[in-house]
Amino acid sequence: MTTLDSGVDSLADVTSSEDRLRRFLLGLPGVDQVGAEARAATLGTRSIKTTAKAYALDLAISMIDLTTLEGQDTPGKIRALCAKAKRPDPADPTAPQVAAVCVYPDLVATAKHELKGSGISVASVATAFPSGRSSLAIKVQDTKDAVAAGADDVDMVIDRGAFLSGRYGLVFDEITAIREAAGDAHLKVILETGELVTYDNVRRASWLAMLAGADFIKTSTGKVSPAATLPVTLVMLEAVRDYHEATGLHIGVKPAGGIRTAKDAIKYLVTVNETAGPDWLDPELFRFGASSLLNDLLMQRTKLATGNYPGPDYFTLD
Amino acid sequence: MRKTYKLYIGGAFPRSESGRSYVVSNAKGKFLANASQASRKDARDAVVAARKAFTGWHGRTAYNRGQVLYRIAEVMEGRHQQFSAEVSASEGLSISKARAVVDESIDRWVWYAGWADKLAQVVGSSNPVAGPYFDFSLPEATGVVAVLAPQDSSLLGLTSVIAPAIVSGNTVVAVSSFERPLPAITLGEVMATSDVPGGVVNILTGSASEVGPWLASHMDVNAIDLCGIVDPEEATELEIAAADNLKRVRRPAEEDWSADQGMSRLTQYLELKTVWHPIGV
Repeated sequence: MTTLDSGVDSLADVTSSEDRLRRFLLGLPGVDQVGAEARAATLGTRSIKTTAKAYALDLAISMIDLTTLEGQDTPGKIRALCAKAKRPDPADPTAPQVAAVCVYPDLVATAKHELKGSGISVASVATAFPSGRSSLAIKVQDTKDAVAAGADDVDMVIDRGAFLSGRYGLVFDEITAIREAAGDAHLKVILETGELVTYDNVRRASWLAMLAGADFIKTSTGKVSPAATLPVTLVMLEAVRDYHEATGLHIGVKPAGGIRTAKDAIKYLVTVNETAGPDWLDPELFRFGASSLLNDLLMQRTKLATGNYPGPDYFTLD
Repeated sequence: MRKTYKLYIGGAFPRSESGRSYVVSNAKGKFLANASQASRKDARDAVVAARKAFTGWHGRTAYNRGQVLYRIAEVMEGRHQQFSAEVSASEGLSISKARAVVDESIDRWVWYAGWADKLAQVVGSSNPVAGPYFDFSLPEATGVVAVLAPQDSSLLGLTSVIAPAIVSGNTVVAVSSFERPLPAITLGEVMATSDVPGGVVNILTGSASEVGPWLASHMDVNAIDLCGIVDPEEATELEIAAADNLKRVRRPAEEDWSADQGMSRLTQYLELKTVWHPIGV
């Protein structure tokens, strides 16, 4: 099943003018809301046990972007978070490392220093996160600052106001400008699906971001409710799959916010596998933006290893 | 009407996650009702609910907790007839004897309710120390208490093991008598309608031998009452499992539920916190 009727040739020139871009995005087939929600609910009922569960838990840990995006963040908190990222379960060295640590731009240098040589990337939010309400010049500078401080990934937010009022060209140009400013850093584009209202908009925004050069599309900032949901992620995974069919490129997906339990994480992994395919079961192409999720995964891991139910008292606070 | 009674977890009445139920018979072996048979995952969910409720319940003033316990007694009074019928059917007592048991259970709630704002004075102390400190000790709740309720005394026994745990601010996961769960189920309904915050008392019907080991080894349970375990070897096993996180364990013993309960259950689930407060020399 593909959402694209037009072939590969036309994809190259849909971005040649705002008019064509709009025509392309509005021409994308609508999402069957009931169908998408039912599909997500069905995938959520899969039972993953024993060895498959152990594999899923470790995979989920290795996909986490361990995140702290609070006004009260301090260098000390970042150091603690980095220590946890490197060795999530001090009692069990077999627990894998997380994929990245995600912080505000001014704390990138601290995180970078702490994670030196660990292979864990530092992701930074940028572009006037979380609202994105600032001029392009400031957003570009914000991004350059983060990259200069050593950020490996840049998580940018789109201008939802512009998107919702149909100024797709503006959103597109902004993403390409940030893409350029980010240089070699991975660019994750946050769609803030909680503000996009419909699944059709989510599909359009996904395509828009991918066409503009995103390496990853990310659901939410975590500051808006609802944040990531399974059906929204399903729609984004479909977009990524169809984009891959059309261009051969692999774009990553990152649900962020609201994923707190191992059970939820496994539901997401099942959805990834069934929608985009096993290629995406890789930290390079799928990430969880989360913080409290990690402890629950570790507790489930401990339950599998010891046979007893563990308690939160035995794991670090974030 | 034949119905399947449900569990009471986190203020809601879910079916067992396992989907199982079992037949409850009266003392003469006649069909009484169907009850949910709790599994280890129900116990897990109940512990999560109890932990979540702990901060709020423990944070209330002792006076307020006492009032809530009085309220439980009041609501039980309103369900007197139902409790009497269930105790009579479950334990094979005459209806007048069953009524007396229900009266006694209600009195027990009232008795424990009175303890809420008196515990600190009786158990706490100010301690003479050789230094410029005012040194005092306060009793605080242990945390989540797992209770394997007595198998024989389905209401009075159950009341006598739950009330002393919650009055001091603990939250409880209770496994009812396997063969006589009906009074426990009704007690759950009383809890739901008497200002007890959801999750403070969670009631599972089913086998203590099946669910007990999971509660005993659960690292987020702080104390366990093994009252409902009949086989001494099984009780030893559970004690061993409970040692992992140094749970407070109450071993099964001969209990006379109609006797004066004393303070032993009240003090079992308390931690003494001692404070050294500097004073001017």
